[in-house]
Amino acid sequence: MSVLEIRGLQVSVDTENGSVDILKGVDLTIKSGETHAIMGPNGSGKSTLAYSIAGHPKYTINGGSVTLDGADVLAMSVDERAKAGLFLAMQYPVEVPGVSVSNFLRTAATALRGEAPKLRTWVAEVKEAMEALNMDPSFATRNVNEGFSGGEKKRHEIMQLELLKPKMAILDETDSGLDVDALRIVSEGVNRAKANNDLGVLLITHYTRILKYIKPDFVHVFANGHIVEEGGPDLADKLEANGYADYVSK
Amino acid sequence: MSVLTTNYLTPTGREEAWRFTPLKRLRGLHDGSASVDLRHSLITKAALPSGVTFLRENLVPLAASDDVIIERIRGEASETAHLAIAADIEISEPIFLTRSNGSMDSAELSRVRISLGTHAKATVIVENIGETLLAEDLEISLSAGSSLSFVSLQEFDAKTVYTARHHAVVDKDASFRSINVTVGGDVVRILPTVEFTAPGASAELLGVYFATAGQFFEHRMHVDHAVPNAKSRVNYKGALAGKDAHTVWIGDVLIRAVAEGTDTYELNRNLLLSDGARADSVPNLEIETGEIVGAGHASTTGRFDDEQLFYLMSRGISLDNARRLVVRGFFSEIINEIGNEEVQERLMSRIDNELEKAGA
Ligand SMILES: Nc1ncnc2c1ncn2[C@@H]1O[C@H](COP(=O)(O)OP(=O)(O)OP(=O)(O)O)[C@@H](O)[C@H]1O
Ligand SMILES: [Mg+2]
Repeated sequence: MSVLEIRGLQVSVDTENGSVDILKGVDLTIKSGETHAIMGPNGSGKSTLAYSIAGHPKYTINGGSVTLDGADVLAMSVDERAKAGLFLAMQYPVEVPGVSVSNFLRTAATALRGEAPKLRTWVAEVKEAMEALNMDPSFATRNVNEGFSGGEKKRHEIMQLELLKPKMAILDETDSGLDVDALRIVSEGVNRAKANNDLGVLLITHYTRILKYIKPDFVHVFANGHIVEEGGPDLADKLEANGYADYVSK
Repeated sequence: MSVLTTNYLTPTGREEAWRFTPLKRLRGLHDGSASVDLRHSLITKAALPSGVTFLRENLVPLAASDDVIIERIRGEASETAHLAIAADIEISEPIFLTRSNGSMDSAELSRVRISLGTHAKATVIVENIGETLLAEDLEISLSAGSSLSFVSLQEFDAKTVYTARHHAVVDKDASFRSINVTVGGDVVRILPTVEFTAPGASAELLGVYFATAGQFFEHRMHVDHAVPNAKSRVNYKGALAGKDAHTVWIGDVLIRAVAEGTDTYELNRNLLLSDGARADSVPNLEIETGEIVGAGHASTTGRFDDEQLFYLMSRGISLDNARRLVVRGFFSEIINEIGNEEVQERLMSRIDNELEKAGA
């Protein structure tokens, strides 16, 4: 049983015109097995929250805390956070020229497991993970995310989620850009990870359709750098019907 | 042993061709003050396939040169080590040449020829290793329809000074590819130059270099499009780390008025892995006719991409390993073209070591 606790998190980003405050005190607690959906208007700071938890160097933490089972996440380097059990499926996965998917996955698995996976079982493991997400085996020899379509990049993220088995996953608009079949396939991958590893999920989305597949326990409305309302799954339907007008003025 | 007389114009460092080169570190190769030893360092590594010979001969140079060091070599050294590949044979396995007899006490002035008969096809890999003071005039002749992949690996020890011109003369429908890999030595200065003598000829000049603290590596191409319908591609990638690591890439491409239908593109990318290193990159395209297929160049010098490192590290990969992956990835595009797994893996681990040594 793991707990990710975010308390009073304040984050700014450096721009050419000085530093801009984005997160203005975020409070959120996620436990193993729970799924929290975050919905909110463009530019409200959802990705900033995701990146700050993962440790992207672009963001400056000005206040608050993030802990995983009591350990100070903000004091950890990016790779230490992953080793502690955090995973971020990115809104815009990064292309890494010249590095093959198979080499990347093996290097990551070696780092996270503390030893290189046995070659024979590893090959089968990767093959299975790729098949489960309907990815052609040829992706293994391609360079990481290079030339992948938007949907292929998202499937590649969830394939990593299944292979690397974190405790807590932040999915930043994993559903954006997926066709109806891919949405189902990707959602099933997330649900398998939840079932197999008792994964806690923070799911950032603009649409309720993914919530039909991945059932949230809680829905949070995010606006202007913090959470402005919390509720159950029915809050998502309300948002879809009414938009964020009630919240952005607050 | 003999001492060179200074019959030739000694470079001062103000000349365009010499303006980047640290002349003081050439140990007298450029001004004739180096004592010369009549040694022949280039040897074959294994028995040669049939149709291939490696002999010392008296050969007339293929092409004139305005490089003073090349002039000195031609004035001093009478014999040329000649690797000849007969017409119409195709050799699938690479032919390896390597170095022996290196010395820093005296200079070797080396003349080398690699020639391919019509429609011959081969890969030649030269392993430039050891500690030595070496000036080389290497000429390559590709007869009509032939095809050569020429791989020159500068894996020298730390003190080595190597200056060379690798000049290819490419005949009708012949295709020449060179891959220069420079990872070792104190000063390495190579002039990969190409001239086309008939239409349909093509040349691809690829290279990678990795300079760490104090090393100077210069690659100065010259591609002369003097005939119609020839094609050239240049792609050099470099990494630098450590104080006073210095690399120079010059890409001179000349499209003469007669060279209609020319297709050329040149690219140089540099990765600066630490402060205190300097990468000079000068593409230079001279076009005397508008009737061409294409001509372009690009040159970039940048640092590690934070987004790439973040992505890798967010999957648990340490900063050191993430950098290693990115640098390997950067070079792999060219290293993988060598087509020999063993050599490729050796070079990649050498690159890992350079990176580690530099602590970048
Ligand atoms: N480098 C930057 N320079 C300037 N502004 C930035 C920078 N990075 C982020 N921001 C700003 O921070 C705010 C929050 O961005 P963020 O990406 O977190 O929003 P989001 O809620 O994820 O939006 P979306 O729904 O569009 O993905 C935006 O207004 C954005 O423009
Ligand atoms: Mg976002």
